[in-house]
Amino acid sequence: MAEKPVAEQAGVAAPDPVAEILAALSEQYPDAVQADTRKGYSGIVVRPEKLVEVATALRDQLGYDYLSSATAVDYLGKGDHLEMVYHVYRIRQGGPALVFKALTPRVSATLPSLISVWPGADLQEREAYDLMGIRFEGHPNLKRILLWEGFNGHPLRKDWKEAYYEQDQKPFDSRWPGGKVHRAEENNPYGRNVSYPDDFTLEGYTPPDENSIYAGLGMGVSMQELASPGLETERLIVNLGPHHPSTHGVFRMIVTLNGETIESLEPVMGYLHRNHEKIGERNTFIQNMPFTDRLDYISSMSNNFGYAMAVEKLLALGARYQPPPYRAEVIRVLMAEFTRVVNHLWAIGFLLNDLGAFFTPALYAIGERELILDFFEATAGSRLMCNYMRFGGVFKDLPERIQGIPLLTNDRVRNEPTMDFLDSLINERLPRAVDELDRYLTKSEIMITRCEGVGVLPPEMAIAYSTAGPVLRASGVPYDIRRSDPYSIYPELDFDVAVRYNGDIYDRYLIRLDEIRQSIRILKQLLPRLRETEGQPIISGTKAYSPRVPEGEAYGRVENPKGELGFYVISDGGQNAWRYHVRAPSYINLTALSEMCKGHKIADVVAVLGSIDIVLGETDR
Amino acid sequence: MTHDDRGLKGLNNPDYPIPEELQSTIAVTSLDRIYNWTRAKSMWPLLFGLACCAIEMIATAASRYDLSRFGMEVMRASPRQADLLIVSGTVTKKMIVPIVRIYNQMPEPKYVLAMGACASGGGPFKEGYNVVSGIDTFIPVDVYVPGCPPTPQALMHGFLTLQKKIESQSLRTVPWYRSGESEAIPVPILGPDIIDPRQADLIRRHAEQAAASRDTTTPAPTEA
Ligand code: SF4
Repeated sequence: MAEKPVAEQAGVAAPDPVAEILAALSEQYPDAVQADTRKGYSGIVVRPEKLVEVATALRDQLGYDYLSSATAVDYLGKGDHLEMVYHVYRIRQGGPALVFKALTPRVSATLPSLISVWPGADLQEREAYDLMGIRFEGHPNLKRILLWEGFNGHPLRKDWKEAYYEQDQKPFDSRWPGGKVHRAEENNPYGRNVSYPDDFTLEGYTPPDENSIYAGLGMGVSMQELASPGLETERLIVNLGPHHPSTHGVFRMIVTLNGETIESLEPVMGYLHRNHEKIGERNTFIQNMPFTDRLDYISSMSNNFGYAMAVEKLLALGARYQPPPYRAEVIRVLMAEFTRVVNHLWAIGFLLNDLGAFFTPALYAIGERELILDFFEATAGSRLMCNYMRFGGVFKDLPERIQGIPLLTNDRVRNEPTMDFLDSLINERLPRAVDELDRYLTKSEIMITRCEGVGVLPPEMAIAYSTAGPVLRASGVPYDIRRSDPYSIYPELDFDVAVRYNGDIYDRYLIRLDEIRQSIRILKQLLPRLRETEGQPIISGTKAYSPRVPEGEAYGRVENPKGELGFYVISDGGQNAWRYHVRAPSYINLTALSEMCKGHKIADVVAVLGSIDIVLGETDR
Repeated sequence: MTHDDRGLKGLNNPDYPIPEELQSTIAVTSLDRIYNWTRAKSMWPLLFGLACCAIEMIATAASRYDLSRFGMEVMRASPRQADLLIVSGTVTKKMIVPIVRIYNQMPEPKYVLAMGACASGGGPFKEGYNVVSGIDTFIPVDVYVPGCPPTPQALMHGFLTLQKKIESQSLRTVPWYRSGESEAIPVPILGPDIIDPRQADLIRRHAEQAAASRDTTTPAPTEA
């Protein structure tokens, strides 16, 4: 079992689907499609005028019913156009993505919206409009989403510069080899991270009115249809967040109510938009690893995994690439599955919070989490932000012993061999913790009445809205990347894809319990593999700080606890990524939030949100 | 409040001799001392999380680290009921507007703890176009806790430091017992970029300089 060439298993030799699709499409649309022949690129380039038609054909005739990611790229100085890149999948058959692209000029960039084909394009197109300035014709609600109306420019364009701009690429010359570190504030005329257009004055400036956000909300909805007969109700607009104890961070929702019934809901986000992608395009490839920790900050380990995989795909285009050694893959999967357990325990605990069982269930749910964090800390050096994986492996082997430092007076100081620790954690503590939660919660009357039949997402809708992860699978769609488009050592591991069929909050709760159990099953199979591979290498090639990444594009995706986490990375052969985009499951799952909440009571909103399980670091990026 | 000897002895500020049988119930102390003692040991933090650091804040409040040992576990979701604002994460330009409002809504006396690199100075995301370089550019901070994220132990150390600070204050000098009303922090405005109303003059001067340089085509000094 040792020394298995892991990467080879992942279907490298499969027939090229692009050629087939292209042949089928060019019959119907002879001038509209052509293959993307740039070096290191793949997929199909579609003429904008035919974009909607081709997309519809892809969906209806060729079975690509699931739009996973849609993002924009700015090719300034490399053809001087903007490009929209779409990744679509066949959700029932599985398999790799089909990539198609549409080009538009940088000035007055416009493309047709694909919302009519895949409603899941909604938030993603708004993001591309906000950050890249592409207008989408036919989009019903094309407003800025991460920034605010009135913001100056579209920051992800390559010629857009921040107030603290120093240089396009890191490391900055002033620091390395210059060594002249300065504070960015010193070079800014305002001493702050701000810059204004030259002709900007406060006199005569009227800031955009908050009311404009509320304007037009809930219009066109018949009050009478929703109201109970004979009951007089009132239309009310309620604002939840961004400071609210149950929005799981700085998330905001504007809800139009009819009495207590929800007519419409609009998510407002960007309160934690920390410019991950812009910063990521300046970082060298390896420098960006710690930033991925901070996307879904509950699951840093598996974020690392996805990013490492994306860059490894690029590296594989080069000649001297070696896939990660077997032990490294075992450790990666170990970390990813532990992360899933941590995340789901957290999600269940805080769902109960949202249901009104304030904090006690959460305390039980996150108790075992501390043990796993101890293991992360002993291995990677940090509880939360692990920064553990590298291209071609992981940076450090598991420690021999898990040792504690007596930091707290009531802490039991731990000092035991790592494998013993893992044995007892995986075989005893975790199963016991899940059973305990199951026993306390699943049959609870409150759970059942608040959750059953609430926030239902039917399977067709779950697919159309591009939801992923537990949300998708709780709606009866057994789609799990670990099985549908396998990576790492998952093909040789024995586990079931958890699936539930009602698509309500209750099923989204149950499926998380199921998934923890499946993860434990995987973890158990990893223990003997860890023992067998002890002492084997954990990283391939040299530990170069800046590997030479060949030109091209790559999309690496993993089944993160919250759904499909994808990294779309373009390299132009330089030190850093030309384009770095994160397909964040939390963000895209929110597309369906409004549909799930409609017709329910206001008190259900937080429960529905809790059952989607979002984390703002990833939503806003 | 526990009646343990240590607490009361600590409170017995002028070291007035007290008969042994009364030592567990009586202390002679100053107004400052007893006021600060009660304040410091029953802080009510705002239930307010911003980013990754908030996760460690929650862990600090949970069973293993148990914040209630310091009398700080009563987290309130409403700023009207809170006296400690823990800024636990990256402050963005979009979010600073509500944060300043929340701060203004907190009744005095109030304290601010900047948790982590982001809240203290911008952190790893400092260069971002939507990131504020530290919460102290807008509201005053009492304690900074370094780390990314700070461990629960570090956060607790921050709390204890804050308690020490409170215990050293005097009713005579703290700003909130001066006569007159205290001033609210002006709420920032979302324009082409975030606008701090306190920088209005500076912004005008720069616009004038820019206009002048456009008219005369001679370059104006860029530094204010
Ligand atoms: S200091 Fe680090 S952990 Fe805390 S919010 Fe900032 S990035 Fe996250």
